[in-house]
Amino acid sequence: MTPAASLTRLLKLVPARRHWLQSMAQGVLALAVLRAWPARAQGMVSGQLLSLPQMLEPLLQGRVAKPQGLRLELPVLVDNGSLVPVRVQVDSPMTEQDHITHIYLLSQRNPVTQMAVFHLGPWSGRAEVSARLRLAGSQLVVALARRSDGSFCYQSADALVTESACVDGS
Amino acid sequence: MGNARLLLPESMAPGDVVKARLLVEHPMHTGYLQDLQGRLVARNVILLLTCDYGGREVFRVEPSSGIAGNPLFEFFFRVQNPGELRVRWVDDRGLAGELLHPVTVQVPAGPSAGA
Repeated sequence: MTPAASLTRLLKLVPARRHWLQSMAQGVLALAVLRAWPARAQGMVSGQLLSLPQMLEPLLQGRVAKPQGLRLELPVLVDNGSLVPVRVQVDSPMTEQDHITHIYLLSQRNPVTQMAVFHLGPWSGRAEVSARLRLAGSQLVVALARRSDGSFCYQSADALVTESACVDGS
Repeated sequence: MGNARLLLPESMAPGDVVKARLLVEHPMHTGYLQDLQGRLVARNVILLLTCDYGGREVFRVEPSSGIAGNPLFEFFFRVQNPGELRVRWVDDRGLAGELLHPVTVQVPAGPSAGA
């Protein structure tokens, strides 16, 4: 074979490789769409992450929440999303004039955003509650507290969940 | 109807703020998971849990599917007189549970108490 002939053969190969790459890319794209389809069919919103305003707005309704005065204890690395211990402490004297009325626990990814509401009052003595959560994947967990004067404060914590509470792949 | 367990401190004096640990036996089915036959398990979570003490509600929680099965709650309340802590809860099926737990408050032993 002459060098010129082998060069022309090489040049002919280039479009074939291009076509092959194109069809591969199309295949990968089609696979990704097909894989995402069942999640949509189930009507679950757990695959999408809400933003902080999206999580807080249904409760705040236009009011402003301060990101201080509250401590949210949550493990940084969660091995099992079905059982996640959480503790919320709010700075409050818990007197008749100034106390915490509600503590909300909100999830960024769960199908149900509001995981729990705690009702407290001056009879509680301390604005602190603990619970165990279910988390559908790695996400931001937000604790929101409402004071007796109507003001809100919140704190968020990131949780890296290795095994989701929902086994739908979200 | 499920079981529940409540843990209070060993000794309590009037006016103390005490921690209560409450464990309720409940599957807390989310409604998103399937059983072994592939059928969806209907949602069954505790909708409301209240604790009453001394003629007043001292704790109330409205859980959802975001709370783990066999939920554990810790909360604080101020004890005054000896009495009973009454825990009640109701789930999606309308089944209600109740737990009565005595609250034993030690009256401080002073010179007048011994008389």
